[in-house]
Amino acid sequence: MSEPAPAGRGLSRRRLFGLLGAGTAGVVAAGAAGGAIGRATVDVGGPGEDPATAAGPRPTDAVEFTGAHQAGIVTPAQDRLHFVAFDVTTDRREELVEVLQAWTAAARRMTAGQDAGPVGALAGSPYAPPDDTGEALDLPPSGLTLTVGFGPTLFTTADGADRFGLAARRPAPLVELPAFAGDQLDPAISGGDLCVQACANDPQVAVHAVRNLVRLGAGVVSVRWSQLGFGRTSSTSTGQATPRNLFGFKDGTDNLKAENTAALDRFVWVGDGDPGADWLAGGSYLVTRRIRMLIEPWDSSSLVEQEQTIGRAKGSGAPLGQRAEFDPVDFTTQVDGEFAVPERSHVFLAHPTNSGTAILRRGYSFVDGSDGLGRLDAGLFFIAFQRDPATGFVQVQRNLRTDAMNEYVRHTSSAVFACPPGVRGDDDWWGRALFTG
Amino acid sequence: MSVRDRRLPLLTAGLLAALTTAACGGDPGTGEEAADTITVAATDDACDVATGELAAGTHRFRVTNSGDQVTEFYVYAEGDRVMGEVENIAPGLTRELLVELPAGGYETACKPGMVGDGIRSALTVTGEAAQLSEDETLAQAGADYQRYVRSQTGALVEQTTAFADAVRAGDVEGAKALFPVARTYWERIEPVAEVFGDLDPRIDGREGDQAEGEDFTGYHRIEQALWVDGSTEGMAPYADQLQADVQEVAGLADETTLDPLQLANGAKALLDEIATGKITGEEDRYSHTDLWDFAANLEGSEAAVQALRPYLEEADPDLVAEIDERFAAAEAELEQYRTGDGWVLYDQLTQEQLRGLSDSITALTESVSRVAAVVAGR
Repeated sequence: MSEPAPAGRGLSRRRLFGLLGAGTAGVVAAGAAGGAIGRATVDVGGPGEDPATAAGPRPTDAVEFTGAHQAGIVTPAQDRLHFVAFDVTTDRREELVEVLQAWTAAARRMTAGQDAGPVGALAGSPYAPPDDTGEALDLPPSGLTLTVGFGPTLFTTADGADRFGLAARRPAPLVELPAFAGDQLDPAISGGDLCVQACANDPQVAVHAVRNLVRLGAGVVSVRWSQLGFGRTSSTSTGQATPRNLFGFKDGTDNLKAENTAALDRFVWVGDGDPGADWLAGGSYLVTRRIRMLIEPWDSSSLVEQEQTIGRAKGSGAPLGQRAEFDPVDFTTQVDGEFAVPERSHVFLAHPTNSGTAILRRGYSFVDGSDGLGRLDAGLFFIAFQRDPATGFVQVQRNLRTDAMNEYVRHTSSAVFACPPGVRGDDDWWGRALFTG
Repeated sequence: MSVRDRRLPLLTAGLLAALTTAACGGDPGTGEEAADTITVAATDDACDVATGELAAGTHRFRVTNSGDQVTEFYVYAEGDRVMGEVENIAPGLTRELLVELPAGGYETACKPGMVGDGIRSALTVTGEAAQLSEDETLAQAGADYQRYVRSQTGALVEQTTAFADAVRAGDVEGAKALFPVARTYWERIEPVAEVFGDLDPRIDGREGDQAEGEDFTGYHRIEQALWVDGSTEGMAPYADQLQADVQEVAGLADETTLDPLQLANGAKALLDEIATGKITGEEDRYSHTDLWDFAANLEGSEAAVQALRPYLEEADPDLVAEIDERFAAAEAELEQYRTGDGWVLYDQLTQEQLRGLSDSITALTESVSRVAAVVAGR
């Protein structure tokens, strides 16, 4: 999370105060405040759910697959993630469409807690490979959501090929992210023609879903990279604690709230007049960044250094200079003649009043073992949804060029996808409007 | 040779219906689902099979391990030919095995601790099996594939003898050149060769695969000497044994007709060999001639599928079309790495090239894995 703001672009405290005072905070405050490295803490309601009744779903319950928007975006963040990006290996449009239709059918079943295929893991011919791999037998739906996205290279390859006759339908905002200062991206775990974000409260349910979708796509799509993530379910009421990231800080204290539909319409959902609205309205752009945390140097830094880096108190999560986690961030507060929130702290730079925008964060922690030098290969798999990457993640990230936190993080992968709107009825399928429009 | 042991049960389930049934043409089958379930209570010192007498046909064995050691369960035909096996049954686990058993005398065995001859009981199978091969096109498949096998075993013996000659003559370069060629014929017909128990590990075992006290022998032992030591010193006895073993397996294979289910499973097993041994460079870890084996496995798999083709074209033409397309795609992917009479060495392939090969095999395997059920479901 970290990146270029041309030197001197930083906002003055007076201006920040002005923005806050002008009352934009109510809409924008969500954004990046808790550390842009935050996972989403959307509070209420999946797609198609009445927020008023969504207060009490159990972690084992099913999340409705159909709706105006895809599930897995404003759905209360589940505990576990299996994210997978695919390359499409065929040039035949009809084969790709068949896979998207088969995926939709399987996703419908699996999110309802059923086997991936119509026959199931056990009922088929003993001589045939089962059409479900079986490791989710006896497990509840576990809040599984499956969210599909289309990358820029699906429309036009890096070589300029229009494999599927989609080039003309690529919305202008769907372009590879610009390079940011400090990027250490590995192309092998970046990009992708398609993605599926699988989230569930049981890791085996998420992994099962991805495994079965991968199998269904054999010969048409090939896994380019994938990432497992974990992290406690975010709160659905103010009485629950905000989860901590691997830096040990509460992360995502403020985020876009599902019930704040005005903010979602402004910052998350592609609108009717937006580019590509003919197939993408009601959808959203998904940005992923694998952000490795340099855990060992962080752990050996002092508490003061850590808090000054983030801009929040480690214990309470309160903005420095405030008392409680949910106290508003106030950049004008002074302690002993110094501003309480340092100008290079993450909160200072990532705060929506400074970045001037908001994104819906939905990231997960990851630990991919150790790196061969005995150091944890761990960090945050950052996921953000926004109406336009340029005025969403890119704008926030550019503001983080001087972020003190950059010393402790490395971005190792990057990807952007356009997630179509939700699947509506029984005959609908992922991408129908794109491929048939 | 690698995960072979794990695959053996699949391969041999419904074993050599073969010679006997291909020609007999008795009453049509009465359905090929397992007719019954026979429980097997396995402990560290007992192996109680629910019955010692069965009617010919397909049976399901359900093995429950109540002991403290990991166990295995086998159904052996005469001479300890494996008709079916389940491995790695951990304490407390229950696993199942489907076996197609023609009339005859068999033995069942549990192997607590996975060693030794196991705890054995006699199993007598009577009556006439409802064999898959009774369908004429299917019966023909076995005969067709047998002809293919015979076409390969001749070359296998010839080329392996030449390889052994070069080793015995101390001709390192000559032996190196013959190594991947001789193996090609082996790798094409592995599903048949594997039926014959311990010959396969002796011929094609890799270093580290051997049980304690067993010598590391066969192609790969000599490969190690040729490429690592650059020498044939001490290899003459191994060349002698390899030649004898290959001759023996060729003779047995010539007389073996695989049943349709074995053909289908064998076709898939060959693709699994590619995915687990060749894509990873494990098979020919010293010579890096893995793509020779890759090509041979692919050809052998296609030969097995082709033998079933007349039947499949009637039963599932869409699947045949898909399989044809995916064999062609895999062959095209591989063809990029042909050089002269042979192939690019494994260690010269990039990760991206390997991924292309792997993708093509993954897709093909998904299609070929559906053949067995089509054959069984007639």
